[in-house]
Amino acid sequence: MADNIGPAQETGASLVRPGIFSNLTGELARMPVLVIMCCVFLLATFFVFIFADVLAPQHYAKLDLLNRLKAPAFMGGLPQYLLGTDELGRDVLSRLIYAIRMSIFIALLGTFIGAVLGTFLGFVAAHFRGYAEEVIMMFVDAQASMPFMIIALAVLAFFGNSFALFIVIMGINGWENYARIARGMVLGANAQGYVVAVRSLGAQPRRVYYRHILPNIASALIVQFTLNFPSTILLETSLSFLGLGIQPPLTSLGLMLGSGRSYLLFAWWIAVFAGMVIFITTLSVSIFGDWLRDRLDPTLRR
Amino acid sequence: MNTRYVAIKVLRAIITLWMVVTFIFIVLRVSGDPIDTLLPDDADAETIAYYMHEWGLDRPLHEQYGLYFMSVFKGDFGVSFIDDRKALEVVVERIPATLQLGFAAFVFGVCVGIPLGIVAALNRNSAIDRAMMTTAVLGYAIPNFFLGILLILVFTLWLQWLPSSGSSTLWHMVMPVVTLGTGGMGSLARFTRSAMLEVLNQSYMRTSRAKGVPRLKRIFRHALPNAAIPVVTCLGFKIGGLISGSLITESIFAWPGVGRLLVTSVGNRDLAVVQALIMLVALTMVIANLLIDITYGWIDPRIRVSSQKQED
Repeated sequence: MADNIGPAQETGASLVRPGIFSNLTGELARMPVLVIMCCVFLLATFFVFIFADVLAPQHYAKLDLLNRLKAPAFMGGLPQYLLGTDELGRDVLSRLIYAIRMSIFIALLGTFIGAVLGTFLGFVAAHFRGYAEEVIMMFVDAQASMPFMIIALAVLAFFGNSFALFIVIMGINGWENYARIARGMVLGANAQGYVVAVRSLGAQPRRVYYRHILPNIASALIVQFTLNFPSTILLETSLSFLGLGIQPPLTSLGLMLGSGRSYLLFAWWIAVFAGMVIFITTLSVSIFGDWLRDRLDPTLRR
Repeated sequence: MNTRYVAIKVLRAIITLWMVVTFIFIVLRVSGDPIDTLLPDDADAETIAYYMHEWGLDRPLHEQYGLYFMSVFKGDFGVSFIDDRKALEVVVERIPATLQLGFAAFVFGVCVGIPLGIVAALNRNSAIDRAMMTTAVLGYAIPNFFLGILLILVFTLWLQWLPSSGSSTLWHMVMPVVTLGTGGMGSLARFTRSAMLEVLNQSYMRTSRAKGVPRLKRIFRHALPNAAIPVVTCLGFKIGGLISGSLITESIFAWPGVGRLLVTSVGNRDLAVVQALIMLVALTMVIANLLIDITYGWIDPRIRVSSQKQED
């Protein structure tokens, strides 16, 4: 499967316009309404991520055992609990805000680790060719051929769950896509005039890759970032939902949904609000990513 | 030339399997003493001695590596913590339930998704197209655990139409199948639509229309077979999605399959069972990918030729 992606992107590299955001300001005015809505939602989520401490009415672990499983305020619940309370009388809104912070934090960090690792290995493969390339591409193929959730579960089973390990797993998710794209595009770029020119001027490989090739292939990598980000969110929330990810007393969107599952009959709000946030976030990133792909990189357009 | 294409794919499949076995071997040695991790705590001295010898834990590491391959090949993964039976046995008895659910979900995805995509493509940019693609995007984007919970909320708790856990009647299958199949349905619909649109824009479609071929024949004889090529590859990717989806779906609906077994085994750190399950998934994935690659080469002669050129 890898071999029918490679060549197309190698030739595609020559058509990518330099300057990632040079034409973006003009495009902003022509954004479709749906994309604007997605952007607004994502900005709001990011705002919550940054200012969770200020926004949350209460601490996410504060108990109120007298007011357990209270309905949201707009459904006849108590006015101080806007989205109701959970099985321990904790404020669902506050928990939701902290859960957003946790899930976004993990997804951003995980996607970032994957991007850096994958791009680096892609560069290494394209630079050294030969055995290094063979080995890296073999790992790429192996990881692409297994559902990553299974690999993640295997690692969690053998090593036990810890926060640091969990982040590492999130980072390993999706690196192979960056490696494949970076390798293909570097191979394409190496044959191009600007790289040959910079090389013959005596630039070191590090300078060529970092200062000249990376900016030219960045748009494809950014598009990949927007594709990978929802999948990282889903991996985190799925594992947490199954009780194998983030552990209490910490909270994440998946964990809220998972623990709310037992109280569906009495208190649907615990699970449903968290689920809605996951759904809308991943949907928004996908829609925004599709739009970004069309704008940034005409060669990747389907 | 055809055999060469197949041989290369088979070799790749074997390498992938080898990497998975090696990965587990390394992880198993790094994470602790295999006897502790693969046998129950209360295993008697005789069992321990038997497995010490069987897995050659007293021998050098490279011999252990060879022996580990042998035992994996023989299907010997150790003993489950939970019910003191051989891990493979515990896994094998769960397979039928998962196959049943997975197959039904696959059929659901294909039978709803592909027609949706075809109809949308034929009515491009109409209200039908937009409605269908909105459904497809929502179906593709909704996380399966959230969909499962919403279904339980609506059909079990509010309407009280469908049972939410177990597998005793056909009614028990409805919600798990929809939960597992919807993601694949959505992406298949989108994929089929774009594959169809690509074909419909080809000059041979215009030619066939110009020479007066009836519309239905144009669609079924000229467009569909060509659009099928990318869709078949897309089907291969769906199998991986079904496997990870079955973990969630089976856990939500208490479906007695392999996915739920893996989740509980990871939770209990019942490593013998986890090990057997990972091998099973790897084998399934590798075989599925292999079949897809071969079918792909078979229905699209261009792949055979171009891959041969690349390799020469």
